[in-house]
Amino acid sequence: MGKDGKVHHRPAIEVKGLTYEYPDGTRALNGVDLFIEEGESVGLVGPNGAGKSTLLLHLNGILRGRGEVRIFGLPVVRENLKEIRRRVGLVFQDPDDQLFSPTVFDDVAFGPLNMGLSPAEAEEEVRRALAMVGLKGMERRSAHHLSFGQQKRVAIATVLSMRPDILALDEPSSNLDPRARRELAELLQGLPVTKVVVTHDLPFVFQICERVVVLDGGRVAADGEAFSVLSDEGLLERHGLELPYGFYPRGEDRREREGRRADRE
Amino acid sequence: MQHSFLDSYSGLDSPLRRLDPRAKLAGLFIFVLLCVTTPPNLYVAFAAYLVLELMLLFLSRLPWRHVAARVLVVLPFILAVALFLPFFKKGGGSYNLGPLSVSGHGLLVLWNVAAKSTLSVLAVILLSSTTPFADLVKGMRKMRVPELLTSLLSFTYRYIFVLTDEAQRMRRARDSRGWKGRWLWQARTVGHMVATLFLRSYERGERVYAAMLARGYDGSLPMVYGYSFGDAEWAFVCLVVLAPLAARVLSYGLLAV
Repeated sequence: MGKDGKVHHRPAIEVKGLTYEYPDGTRALNGVDLFIEEGESVGLVGPNGAGKSTLLLHLNGILRGRGEVRIFGLPVVRENLKEIRRRVGLVFQDPDDQLFSPTVFDDVAFGPLNMGLSPAEAEEEVRRALAMVGLKGMERRSAHHLSFGQQKRVAIATVLSMRPDILALDEPSSNLDPRARRELAELLQGLPVTKVVVTHDLPFVFQICERVVVLDGGRVAADGEAFSVLSDEGLLERHGLELPYGFYPRGEDRREREGRRADRE
Repeated sequence: MQHSFLDSYSGLDSPLRRLDPRAKLAGLFIFVLLCVTTPPNLYVAFAAYLVLELMLLFLSRLPWRHVAARVLVVLPFILAVALFLPFFKKGGGSYNLGPLSVSGHGLLVLWNVAAKSTLSVLAVILLSSTTPFADLVKGMRKMRVPELLTSLLSFTYRYIFVLTDEAQRMRRARDSRGWKGRWLWQARTVGHMVATLFLRSYERGERVYAAMLARGYDGSLPMVYGYSFGDAEWAFVCLVVLAPLAARVLSYGLLAV
């Protein structure tokens, strides 16, 4: 949805026939086609080894396989990497990988400074990004001394400070306690950017994504509206996915939530 | 896992804390050089150095227990070596200590080592406890210390506890399965653990690098330096360089008389 509430059809992510083999010969992606519009929230699910994370690493050119990847029409090639990495904010699964600087400030300022912002501008972006994730005033802290939930949010702040148009998250809800997980879901729901979320946490996907893409064996096995994909038990089972015990998605939940979101806006 | 601090008091606000790290690095480095090159018989000079450091400690508002604890960590190692010198070194007259005899030269060497190491360790504590580690590294970079070295320092500071936590988890998992470490063949296990830790660190390194690339890393680490070298910095450098120099010259004078 655009800011005016109408559906736009500007392509945010276009992936065509993407194939990738790791140096040891393992084929991780096997002809992936994926089209994501601006403003969409897409859950990328599938069994371990399906190629989800590998696909994510192609969105900003960390990995480059055969086939075509375009971000807002821009092909992912060497000349465009700087612009593409600004537009695609990739958040890694382990905050200890994402947060490598001695202080939170240095980590959140890393992206903006690489983009060529002045120290004063970068500082402003850091303040803004930390406020967005609810961690104002944490600049001087070391990532090592934050709780895991806080680390995850700082990791998101490190890309928000680059004002990305696409947020690509790898397992954002893993290892979080229930409250931190809910807070993260609410935080992500409130961010007005295109989102791609790789996860095994199907209820989490159901909460924040309108659309679900099932990846299996390096190719797209299913692609559709979240409720219809997640309530198709046969489909889930064929691709090694299961809803957790006691969780039954209901179509109304979705509409109720849309209603609530509309009220907020 | 418990979270340890390498620079626990560096957040404490004080006039020393607010100084540009470059001033502290350069000033205290010259101070240590002056101190270790002072001939051991210039006792007045050493007293002056100590007074200067105590003054700075007072300004730093560091709890004296913290400082004492840090000094006590380093000193025993140095003293353990130096303590034997008076018994073995010859010359400079000798004194009887019960059944043992001690040489004057040896005593002078002991004093030399003890005084200089105490003063130097104090200077390092003054530097490290009033400067957040990140700022210290940035100060070094500003002073053109090679980036390879400063990056190493900064990554070590960030990851050393991640690594020790990982090692500790592995040790717990090992001990939970009945490992006693009693037999020689069990040494293999330790070897495997070290190898695993190395591999994991290597893989982490690759992931960290990918995370850096994802945010536009192009080979040079950017930084925001929140300090400037002003009057206070010059005053500090002059104080910790000129005061000891004056004390040293004066001490020579006293010796000549």
